[in-house]
Amino acid sequence: MSLLVLAEHHDGQLSGATAHVVAAAQAIQQHSGGDVDLLVAGEHVAAVAEAAAKLDGVNRVRVADHAAYAHQLAEPMGALLAELAGDYSYLLAGASTTGKNVMPRVAALKDVSQISEIIEVDSADTFKRPIYAGNAIATVQSADPLKVLTVRSTGFDAVGSLQDQGGSAAIEAVDVVVDNAQSTFIKEALAQSDRPELAGAKIVVSGGRGMGNGENFKLLDGIADKLGAAIGASRAAVDAGFVPNDMQVGQTGKIVAPELYIAVGISGAIQHLAGMKDSKVIVAINKDEEAPIFQVADYGLVGDLFEILPELEQKL
Amino acid sequence: MKVLVAVKRVVDYNVKIRVKPDHSDVDLTNVKMAMNPFCEIAVEEAVRLKEKGVATEIVAVTIGPKAAQEQLRTALALGADRAIHIQTDEKAESLAVAKLLAKVVEQEQPGLTILGKQAIDTDNNQTGQMLAALTGLPQGTFASEVVIENDKMHVTREIDGGLQTIELTLPAIVTTDLRLNEPRYAKLPDIMKAKKKPMDVTTPAELGVEMASKVTLLKVESPAERKGGIKVGSVDELIDKLKNEAKVL
Ligand SMILES: Cc1cc2nc3c(=O)[nH]c(=O)nc-3n(C[C@H](O)[C@H](O)[C@H](O)COP(=O)(O)OP(=O)(O)OC[C@H]3O[C@@H](n4cnc5c(N)ncnc54)[C@H](O)[C@@H]3O)c2cc1C
Ligand SMILES: Nc1ncnc2c1ncn2[C@@H]1O[C@H](COP(=O)(O)O)[C@@H](O)[C@H]1O
Repeated sequence: MSLLVLAEHHDGQLSGATAHVVAAAQAIQQHSGGDVDLLVAGEHVAAVAEAAAKLDGVNRVRVADHAAYAHQLAEPMGALLAELAGDYSYLLAGASTTGKNVMPRVAALKDVSQISEIIEVDSADTFKRPIYAGNAIATVQSADPLKVLTVRSTGFDAVGSLQDQGGSAAIEAVDVVVDNAQSTFIKEALAQSDRPELAGAKIVVSGGRGMGNGENFKLLDGIADKLGAAIGASRAAVDAGFVPNDMQVGQTGKIVAPELYIAVGISGAIQHLAGMKDSKVIVAINKDEEAPIFQVADYGLVGDLFEILPELEQKL
Repeated sequence: MKVLVAVKRVVDYNVKIRVKPDHSDVDLTNVKMAMNPFCEIAVEEAVRLKEKGVATEIVAVTIGPKAAQEQLRTALALGADRAIHIQTDEKAESLAVAKLLAKVVEQEQPGLTILGKQAIDTDNNQTGQMLAALTGLPQGTFASEVVIENDKMHVTREIDGGLQTIELTLPAIVTTDLRLNEPRYAKLPDIMKAKKKPMDVTTPAELGVEMASKVTLLKVESPAERKGGIKVGSVDELIDKLKNEAKVL
């Protein structure tokens, strides 16, 4: 009944999301037993494997280090996971764009269903997941011999990392290499930012269409700097080209649940709420006192953001 | 090149759904239904490829009850040439849908198949990837730009860190993200014309696909409601509350 977690990494760094997925795997392990293994696949990923081996509760880190897995394209990654699946009863990955890209492929190759974005583990075969933009929570039971799951990070507290203690999991090479003549990596345009990652940030400040243009997003910078916050956005702000796609929070963007979420010039459509309504404290700044965002906000401030933001930055 | 587009009938995105009192599922009686927004983007992309002379024929396909023919008619009004309805009243899980679509791909041999990245009812985000695996074709998921040249395609993908561009051999499977295009509305004359366009009706049994899934829906509940909070009168009051009441600053 062992479990395999696909580790997420970029630029030689293990992503913080992986510790949440390991936590979900451990929640299952309490019911199912078995070991939790991690798979690190990529090119030149020795450092990632070492960081992964320090995660609490990990039995073994399997490393597929080969040019075939560089950029983690879906076709070779899917084939690799399908190859390793025979050793496991569960395959898990984060509900990131990587996990979402690869895992359904693996599920189909193994002729089993995938259960997307679990937020709770009820038993070894029963899980909770949000549907309809989080307006309903479904409890689903899987009788598949292999359970393929993606995990919503906000549902599970990250496991710790044994930074200082010596104990770490065994690292083993996987020598499965798959051919891929179908897809080729061309380029990547990744956002450069010194701010914390949206998904893991303790405070998120998001701007919507009310910001007016991309230039005005600078009004959020000073506040985010003072609070050590990440900056997010509504779909409308992304569609209008104010900010890049990776900042979109919502049903079809990123799901966040920080200690504090500040929504500025965002009306509060259900698709936006789907991505942030599990935040601990929500603040809304909007000039329309009827805006639906106020129905979920702990603290609402009605007024013009162009007056409020400079004052807020100055007084923080 | 033939383009296949998969469209799903779902609840309209503006509707706030309710859970049935017996918790068996969500209640969709008398609720407005529509084409899944990501499928509208898929249809639009196919139509644009045809306008550019890249696509020669657009085939729209859906799996669902009789009523799902409405969404096929919408696809036809938007520019699809013909439609295939795989009729079933059973719940169509992603794996079964992907198997049915794989049969259609086998029969139709499209150069490109376009799906939405996600159906806004189940929020699964699986079917395109599963279809790619079952057909052995490469996939370009969460596409924000698609460029086809000869027998190759460049897909720019919306990924967590930004954008990624990959090259795929054709035939291939693409799933749409929000920024791929802005779908047009169907014009009245086109809606009239769509009524005369061909629609084939078949069933999962005819295609030899078993609909039953190993995943059972045990229960559907409403999420914990957030209590609305208070309005503060000034920036000073906001900061004070965040520091001393919520203790998040
Ligand atoms: C398939 C699909 C998926 C979607 N996915 C997402 C998603 O993941 N995330 C998401 O966010 N949306 C998503 N949406 C879009 C969603 O439905 C809304 O259209 C969007 O969230 C609206 O963004 P907004 O609140 O910024 O804009 P608007 O609704 O236009 O609201 C702007 C707000 O700014 C306020 N405002 C304007 N000027 C000022 C000022 N000077 N001072 C203070 N306040 C001001 C206005 O009062 C208004 O409330 C999706 C939609 C669909 C169909
Ligand atoms: N019943 C269906 N009929 C046709 N296409 C579907 C159906 N279900 C899913 N799809 C396609 O798969 C995409 C993703 O759906 P999902 O994986 O269920 O989130 C949708 O946008 C459609 O393009």
